[in-house]
Amino acid sequence: MLESHKKLERNSIWLLIFTVVAVSIGGLVEIVPLFRMQTTIEPVKGMRPLTPLELAGQDIYIREGCNTCHSQQIRPLRDEVQRYGHYSLAAESMYDHPFVWGSERTGPDLARVGGKYSNTWHLEHLKDPRAVVPESIMPRYSFLASRQVRTWDAGDKMKALAAVGVPYTKDHISNAALDLQIQTMPDEDPTGLQERYGAKVVPQDFGSGDPGAPTEADALIAYLQQLGTHVDFTTYDPDYELKQQPEKERAK
Amino acid sequence: MTKDHKGEGNPSGPEVDEVSGIQTTGHEWDGLRELDNPAPRWWLIVWMVSIVFAVGYWVIYPAWPTLGGHTKGLFGWTQFEKLKVEQGEIFARQREHRRKFHAASFEQVNQDPALFEFARAGGAVVFKENCVACHGAGGEGRKGYPNLNDDDWLFGGAVGDIYRTIQVGSRSTHVDTHAAMMPAFGAMLKPQEIDDLATYVGSMNASQPPSVAWTNGRVLFETNCVSCHGAMGEGNRALGAPQLNDAIWLYGGDHDTLVQSITKSRAGVMPAWEQRLSVDDQRMVAVYVHSLGGGE
Repeated sequence: MLESHKKLERNSIWLLIFTVVAVSIGGLVEIVPLFRMQTTIEPVKGMRPLTPLELAGQDIYIREGCNTCHSQQIRPLRDEVQRYGHYSLAAESMYDHPFVWGSERTGPDLARVGGKYSNTWHLEHLKDPRAVVPESIMPRYSFLASRQVRTWDAGDKMKALAAVGVPYTKDHISNAALDLQIQTMPDEDPTGLQERYGAKVVPQDFGSGDPGAPTEADALIAYLQQLGTHVDFTTYDPDYELKQQPEKERAK
Repeated sequence: MTKDHKGEGNPSGPEVDEVSGIQTTGHEWDGLRELDNPAPRWWLIVWMVSIVFAVGYWVIYPAWPTLGGHTKGLFGWTQFEKLKVEQGEIFARQREHRRKFHAASFEQVNQDPALFEFARAGGAVVFKENCVACHGAGGEGRKGYPNLNDDDWLFGGAVGDIYRTIQVGSRSTHVDTHAAMMPAFGAMLKPQEIDDLATYVGSMNASQPPSVAWTNGRVLFETNCVSCHGAMGEGNRALGAPQLNDAIWLYGGDHDTLVQSITKSRAGVMPAWEQRLSVDDQRMVAVYVHSLGGGE
């Protein structure tokens, strides 16, 4: 075996060919499952792509590296379900590019943080985590409350996401900048926004910016407040995969 | 310069290191040569065993992707099934208490010490995870977040009232939320009037009018505030209007804070928990909060 390997190492053409073969195997193992990803995503109701404001918030979440300390995946383990709620479904991150599951929990999991605290609490907590959670070791993010969110690239981001499969339509994209502002204007008519993103999206004061001129803290809070709130769990069936199999196999 | 692999170009056979007496790999880098020690036996054994273990694992547990999904393993093990079984264990252990608690009214819970302890303990756990972030570890509250140990209740301190508040929240997204809204008087009163009003509200119980501002403030209070906060500032729980004639303040009773509260109004939000927590969990945490000291 070693002797034949010697031949391989000394002939550049054979070495090239076998290197390509070896690398391809590695590549295929990683890539092929992606083509079959649809089979791993549970059919559930309620998922929607992020609104432009939430999307801006997700970008800030990634930019500030929140995912290095906060995970967004509740595993199907007893203590996690007990603490955080229903375990995360694949469907819940199907519109995330990149997904932000994270791999470390220095801070708590955020997969279902949406609706758990008030906007005011989130703002106070971002500005000074110790003010609300005395034992917290999270850094302060007070500067987010004094930086305006960019609106001009909201549509472009959605165009890019649409190209990789997020169901944003032309309507979504052309109204992106407007929708981003409307979501922070409780006194404006939200019909257009709600037609595009669902009635659960309610324009509101996220705490720091002026109506129509959200700060980065507002966008981040808007993003956090929707986390884990979309799926209608009455439509989720953990055994759906089993039921898709033919009767005979199931009996086994 | 690297020498050839052992044997080749070396007619005398494998090279042996003089000091250790161990064969070398025949590679040399600037005079440094590598001993050809075999891998430790224990390591090899562990390695082989782990390969065998992996094969066994593939057979028993779900492992490989296939065209139709993935291999299911011999026993059809899934994490979801395991979770279900484990949750079932907890519920089986608590079944008696749970069933009793579920069927009992708050009054009955209060009269049954064992059941009360069960509810209180369960409520404490729910409280720690869900309520502490705002109301504090001991329910002591902070500026803007009510203290749950005292006798002041915005929406009532009976256990049923507390349960209701937990269910629907305050100014939350729940359709039946407590939705009390104080107007911002900055748009309706002059700064001087607000200042007077704050003077009055800050010391309502003064027996003698201490100043002209206080007297003016009282007049303003009677025209603007009594409909919600009551003639004596005793508050109105049906409207969520806080009591103003006591020493307990949600945002602060000092003059500046009062001016700010009157000018801009306050509208703290408590999320609704009806969709987030099970009915039993909500009732347990209501029992817990009620037992903290201020319960009515």
